[in-house]
Amino acid sequence: MATTTVHDATGRDGPPRAGTPENRPRRPRRSLLPYLLLAPAVVLELAIHVVPMLVGAWMSLLQLTQFHIRDWSTAPFVGAENYRMVLDFDSAAGAELLHSFQVTVLYTVCSVGLSWVLGTTAAVLLQRPFRGRGLLRALFLTPYALPVYTAVITWSFLFQRDNGLVNHVLVDQLHLLGDRPFWLIGDNSFVALLTVSIWRSWPFAFLCVMAGLQNIPADLYEAAAMDGAGFWRRLRSVTLPMLRPVNLVLLLVLFLWTFNDFNTPYVLFGGSAPEQADLVSIHIYRSSFKTWDFGSGSAMSVALLLFLLLVTAGYLLLTNRRRNDA
Amino acid sequence: MRETTAERWARRTVLTLLTLFVLVPLYVMVSSAVKPLQDVQNAFTWWPRRPTVDAFVDMWSTVPLGRYLVNSLVVSSVAAVLSVAVAIFAAFAVSRYRFRGRGLFSVTVLSTQMFPGILFLLPLFLIYVNLGNATGIQLYASRTGLILTYLTFSLPFSIWMLVGYFDSIPRGLDEAAQVDGAGPLRTLFQVVLPAAVPGVVAVTVYAFMTAWGEVLFASVMTNEGSRTLAVGLQGYSTQFNVYWNQVMAASLVVSIPVVAGFLALQRYFVAGLTAGAVK
Amino acid sequence: MSRRRLAILTAAVLAAASLTACGGSDDPSGGSAKTLTYWASNQGASLEADKQILQPELDRFEQQTGIKVNVEVVPWSDLLNRLLAAAASGQGPDVVNIGNTWSASLQATGAMVEFDDATLAKVGGRDRFVPAALAAAGAPGEPPAAVPLYSLAYALYYNKKAFADAGITTPPATWEQVAEVGRKLTGGGRWGLAVEGANPSENAHHAFTFSQQHGGEWFDSAGKPTFDTPQNVAAVKRYVDLMATDKIINPSNAEYAQNQSVSDFANGKAAMLLWQAVGANLKSQNMAADAYGVAPVPFLAAPPAGGRKVNSMVAGINIAVFKHTRNPDAALEFVKFMTSDAEQVTLNRTYGSLPPVTTAAGDPAFAAPEQKVLQETLATTAAPLPQVPDESTFETLVGTAIKELFADAASGKPVTEESVRHKLSQAQQQMR
Repeated sequence: MATTTVHDATGRDGPPRAGTPENRPRRPRRSLLPYLLLAPAVVLELAIHVVPMLVGAWMSLLQLTQFHIRDWSTAPFVGAENYRMVLDFDSAAGAELLHSFQVTVLYTVCSVGLSWVLGTTAAVLLQRPFRGRGLLRALFLTPYALPVYTAVITWSFLFQRDNGLVNHVLVDQLHLLGDRPFWLIGDNSFVALLTVSIWRSWPFAFLCVMAGLQNIPADLYEAAAMDGAGFWRRLRSVTLPMLRPVNLVLLLVLFLWTFNDFNTPYVLFGGSAPEQADLVSIHIYRSSFKTWDFGSGSAMSVALLLFLLLVTAGYLLLTNRRRNDA
Repeated sequence: MRETTAERWARRTVLTLLTLFVLVPLYVMVSSAVKPLQDVQNAFTWWPRRPTVDAFVDMWSTVPLGRYLVNSLVVSSVAAVLSVAVAIFAAFAVSRYRFRGRGLFSVTVLSTQMFPGILFLLPLFLIYVNLGNATGIQLYASRTGLILTYLTFSLPFSIWMLVGYFDSIPRGLDEAAQVDGAGPLRTLFQVVLPAAVPGVVAVTVYAFMTAWGEVLFASVMTNEGSRTLAVGLQGYSTQFNVYWNQVMAASLVVSIPVVAGFLALQRYFVAGLTAGAVK
Repeated sequence: MSRRRLAILTAAVLAAASLTACGGSDDPSGGSAKTLTYWASNQGASLEADKQILQPELDRFEQQTGIKVNVEVVPWSDLLNRLLAAAASGQGPDVVNIGNTWSASLQATGAMVEFDDATLAKVGGRDRFVPAALAAAGAPGEPPAAVPLYSLAYALYYNKKAFADAGITTPPATWEQVAEVGRKLTGGGRWGLAVEGANPSENAHHAFTFSQQHGGEWFDSAGKPTFDTPQNVAAVKRYVDLMATDKIINPSNAEYAQNQSVSDFANGKAAMLLWQAVGANLKSQNMAADAYGVAPVPFLAAPPAGGRKVNSMVAGINIAVFKHTRNPDAALEFVKFMTSDAEQVTLNRTYGSLPPVTTAAGDPAFAAPEQKVLQETLATTAAPLPQVPDESTFETLVGTAIKELFADAASGKPVTEESVRHKLSQAQQQMR
């Protein structure tokens, strides 16, 4: 998670960092060695990611339904027809994709934002030593270490309407609600999905921020305290600026993981998520595997991929420029 | 820099709420695992009225949990080790050499992290099958295929993390080694790697957990012999019933080693994760 | 270390890893001439239970023929995906169980062995099979893509004690009566009827029956979807109204997708249940066979013009052979074995289903009241789901639309003709 690789990822060779001449990468030599070192990674990436992805992109140009799945050469080439269909937001399929896309964006923004807030809060509050701190830290990390499906299955058990803990607490014990709400269907399903997602990912934010905090020199705080800075001032003028490099990477990683997350909705809702929580990943799954139309499913995936590439490139450019300006 | 009373109470309140948020699902997992099936199918109770360990006994015969556990362990650990091995070489190259295509490689690696799995699930599956037909190497429905798949899943992020970590190791060290006559690989193994242990551990943990939790590819690419826990646990929901108590018991049993291992290695994980970023 | 040594090291690591990995891989294809791979569907209490039921039969087959059968019981949640993958790749099992509603969809892939008359002759001939069950094994006018293995039909299960307590002497025969007795039965933590509201397949099956009773069709004769016709709107509304307006279904049922409705019925939380051959399951949940009665699924009291006297789909499991099998003869031999009288009696008795084989149907094992009702329904008032390639898509789309309507009903949102039509039109527009 290096700032330097963020540079590279934009496709530009970053300028050598000032002041650290010994860290400058070696001058280019006519050597095969770096390529040999890269070879296993390149071969694997090509074989497992890139080639299948290109095949997937090819699929998006075919009318690949159950009639043709056995022998692709019989599948009619329809060109951009699939794209026209799934991106025509006036048609039912396009409108559903757009809706699902909006749900996903909202979900990602909320999940990443809240995970970051919770993680940062917890890390800052655990900065000062006290009895039981180690125990709390271990506890907070547990949701991240728990395998995805066990965590999500447990939550789906909690969210049952009649026999779940959530309604037991909200309705029977706290009497906050008169009527037992649903969590796994209907409007609340979005909240349920978001809760599970945050439960799973805030510990990761906690972990990263905690590590970032450890690298803030104590004298910065002491100097701030000497100036009479209170908790909030210290947070704003020391902690957050010093965390910036960690946060830049953390937010990007969380964004990509959350946006593409398939495991959480799939385990929580099964193959057909309620429309209020119909994330793009699960929507595409249903469009391809449940309705056996791999052409339009692939078209949706490619559109999604382009979107993610754009957002990421924009994010990297923006954060880089700001740092260069600073 | 003393904490004010208000600050102390705010801290306690917030930490208590977070603790509850984390703890309650974990508690329910444990308490439901020791309830009889009848009780988990009825209104929720905090305390098991008739505690029993039946679920821990029955869960082995409802689904072949032992086999799934072995599969998951083999697949996840081999994938993690291989992924790290591959990532170390790649990250060393990117971190220590300037060469044509370095930028392209970094961009491609980063962008594979964005590929929606659903897009290449079917093509990859067909590639495995055709490769199997052509060469006799069974990748489909075998643990080998799953290992190959998962090791590439964690590869991009692993390389990314390791490049960051390697960058944070002063190059003065390798140059000193080279002055002593060490070749590039001896430099990697004797100088860079020993200094990068936390980074390597972090990446291993990450790769292991990625493989351990994956559901989508496992559901299409495995058969009974190679099925992993992620898919296998769905077997407790049968044509007849959902054996919630057994689901919880099994979840508990398969989670404890992973959680324990993670907590034991978390210090390395933290250090490895952020070394590059905070530099 | 030199470059060469690096290469050797890397190769060694990879080889070691793949060796450990290969230890667990087993051969997914047919393999030698004496081995078949068979994917069975989950019919019993668990995957392992099914395996234990099937294994002795497979051993017997091996004794008789020398052909070894490796069985894998595939959960329903995975089965269709796995079949699709096998069809797409020409890799996988030799013989499979399929839900009979998928027959035409899988037939369209061209991956299944066609049971033309010559092939049927190898497994005992067309006349061996109950015609209605064979009709649900592929598109009309084409050779079936499978043969029936277990036959099922929907029936109305009711809790005898609850009925007696409420002073109800005869099970309801019309939906109006269901609503009426349901209201009497609802109260005190018990509900009149339990449904599987979040399970698309269950919903689609009921949508089919109600549509038949209202004179509707989900596909026209050319195989084009006709989801939002007035008949279908009325049919779906009638079904959802059991919860929305009759209020005899616990709103919680709207989130049921894992057979919780069966548990509710077994535990006395619901007094009636619409299900296929649920006896064995109820027994496993400690509900004795004499605690419940079985009646045919009700009809409309006053069917509209064109309404048909249909109260169940022809449900069941078919057995099919993949064309890619290396041992077509052994595979057909196995199909013949599974549909033989002896196996039909043994397996169907265990699962509580009915043999779709004429010579086994009369066996006394199938004379219990539950099986009588199922038999009667299959013989007189069951119709096959539309055998069109888009059938599995219909189940997904219409079933999901109904799931959403149940969700609306459960949360108190009105379910109107307009909202039903809107959902069905939306579903239809996603077909192509």
